[in-house]
Amino acid sequence: MDLNSGSNILIKNGLIVDPKNNINETLDLLIKDGIISEVGKNIESDGAEVINAEGKVVAPGLIDLHVHFREPGYEYKEDIATGSMAAARGGVTTVVCMPNTNPVVDNPAMVKYVTERGKEVGLTNVLTTACITKGQKSKEISEIGELKDAGAVGISDDGRPVLTPSLMRRALEYAKMFDIPVMSHSEDLDLVDGGSMNEGYMSTYLGLRGIPKCAESVAISRDVLIAEEVGGRLHVCHVSTKNSIDAIRRAKERGARITCETAPHYFSLTDKAVEGFNTNAKMNPPLRDDEDVAAVIEGLADGTIDAIATDHAPHDSDEKEIEFSLAANGIVGLETSLGLGYTNLVRTGKLTLPELIKKMSVNPAEIINIDRGSLGVGKIADIVIFDTENEYTVDINEFASKNNNCPYDGMKLYGRVDYTILCGEVVYKR
Amino acid sequence: MIENLLGLKETSAEDINAILDDAFKLKQEVLLQDIKKSAILNGKSIITLFFENSTRTRVSFELASKYLGAVAANISASSSSVAKGETLIDTVRTLEAMGTDVIIIRHNQSGAPHLVSRYTKSKIVNAGDGMNEHPTQALLDMMTIKEKKGNIKGLKVAIVGDVKHSRVARSNIYGLKKLGAEVVLAGPSTLMPVSLDEMGVKVYNDVEKAIQDADVVMGLRIQLERQKKGLFPSVREYNKYFGVNKERLALAKSDAILMHPGPVNRGVELNPDIIDGEQSVINEQVTNGVCVRMSVLNMLANGKRFGE
Repeated sequence: MDLNSGSNILIKNGLIVDPKNNINETLDLLIKDGIISEVGKNIESDGAEVINAEGKVVAPGLIDLHVHFREPGYEYKEDIATGSMAAARGGVTTVVCMPNTNPVVDNPAMVKYVTERGKEVGLTNVLTTACITKGQKSKEISEIGELKDAGAVGISDDGRPVLTPSLMRRALEYAKMFDIPVMSHSEDLDLVDGGSMNEGYMSTYLGLRGIPKCAESVAISRDVLIAEEVGGRLHVCHVSTKNSIDAIRRAKERGARITCETAPHYFSLTDKAVEGFNTNAKMNPPLRDDEDVAAVIEGLADGTIDAIATDHAPHDSDEKEIEFSLAANGIVGLETSLGLGYTNLVRTGKLTLPELIKKMSVNPAEIINIDRGSLGVGKIADIVIFDTENEYTVDINEFASKNNNCPYDGMKLYGRVDYTILCGEVVYKR
Repeated sequence: MIENLLGLKETSAEDINAILDDAFKLKQEVLLQDIKKSAILNGKSIITLFFENSTRTRVSFELASKYLGAVAANISASSSSVAKGETLIDTVRTLEAMGTDVIIIRHNQSGAPHLVSRYTKSKIVNAGDGMNEHPTQALLDMMTIKEKKGNIKGLKVAIVGDVKHSRVARSNIYGLKKLGAEVVLAGPSTLMPVSLDEMGVKVYNDVEKAIQDADVVMGLRIQLERQKKGLFPSVREYNKYFGVNKERLALAKSDAILMHPGPVNRGVELNPDIIDGEQSVINEQVTNGVCVRMSVLNMLANGKRFGE
């Protein structure tokens, strides 16, 4: 990899897509000392390294609100170095790690460990959430003030729901004082009842225990209504069903301070992908059906869904190549999210390119309140340059992630990343 | 010709008919002989690998193997290294390394046979996986129907009971539809899986409507634990609304046959008077089970039809 550090970079003739500043035209962009110093026509290189971006898109680096880098504790699945490499290859310049490591991230030392380790690696801006409840045990709320001071950008018990409504209410009330989003994995485990895939024709066909859609929509409705009443900042993770999206839409219409994300697989795949007991199509929430895919896309288009986050979830093959119901949930996603978003949302005319960049960079920055996601002069130069003209084939063997649990191998996509620039340094070049 | 027998959703109508045709021949030429012995599987080794309790299915496979001269061994999960944490794939590879030609697997997880079939050259027979399939049961059911009715195409087959948790029902739906039968299902709504109608079957909550004019009435075993989970309120109420009794069976065609995969909960899904009545073919099903298993094992171990 040709890493370029410290020098100035001039990106020539790229289509600058900067929704934050309402720019969507072919311009040059100059980076000096890690900062965007000029955006305009015919900028002189003045000794800067020149990247010819003709025919390419130049956008603010992607911000992924939902990744699992597994460190510490599960380094055999992924670690902060390999996860960061995967992010760089995917054009992702900021990631938000989920705290379900071992030990879990529920104290300031752990928050600092993850973020410092991310800085040492230096391939993406590694941020982290911390647990809503101590030990992710759904008993007592964690020291949310301390966690925020240590650098946590959100609190989440991801992988597990907050079990009782009263605890969720306290968490939202308490977190509100510190203006930190509660990123909720909303799931009613009683309704899940041991299911391992979406309940529908495919679960009946395969004889697998189904997870009803209401296991998600009931829990999201609960959390949304509580947040609305206490005025807390709720961010709903990985929404996947029509009724979940409707519940969020209605609460937003009433003025609730709620945001939410979906993952690329919820607009790219249905539960048909499970056929043949394919554990690389097993995740939680599970892949749904055509109606839900349409609702996710509609929710993205009408603004109900604010962000696209990957839920990048590497697992070792021994946890995936086993009986379907016993297999681990989740797929890797950092290296395919832009391609899936561009191919399945922009090329299909569901979103414009600036809208996609909003979902993948601008809005996520606002949700966690960081000054990124903009190509404005004076901003940190986190930039992705990608190719929307040429089709490419996903090859899981090229992934930087430690594991290849991914259902997209061999898929033809558009939107391949050419360069990823982090704080003015090229961290990935194809 | 089949490569493995993972399920009837993966098996063509042509292959199903071939298995049934060979099974009829094997019944005449082996099972009904005074000396039930053939040499066609001499030198082949066949293992039953059972992760769930079973007597009749395991014994049926074992006898089928032995009648045809194969070396047969049985492994149950509690007596194997599975209890020590070995993965399913490793277990199957170990058996393959010992020279096993056919592995017959029963597992409580749907898709377990499909998983192992990708990792071994031994042929795999699914002897029941979770709620997915139990293909040899459906094959023996179809053999019995064919034996009694001459053919399967155009017959109305009513399957009554806990369809949701039943691998027998699923295999029968896939197999019977492929051979042109009309399949209707009946049972309480809490024991019916969603979207069944998309499989091209009719679904009723009213057992009597399902049985009306049927050629075949098949009861499914009710696992009594389902009641404890609250899927139906009591055995008494289940029997009242969904049990098959003499009056209900009389709604079927006069020459209809009554089937059940066994073991029967007497007085729950079927009433005793009809279990032992003249329409019942439950014992013939058991006999034919050995025949279809001989047929399948021959195809897989020898890679050819019986008599070829």
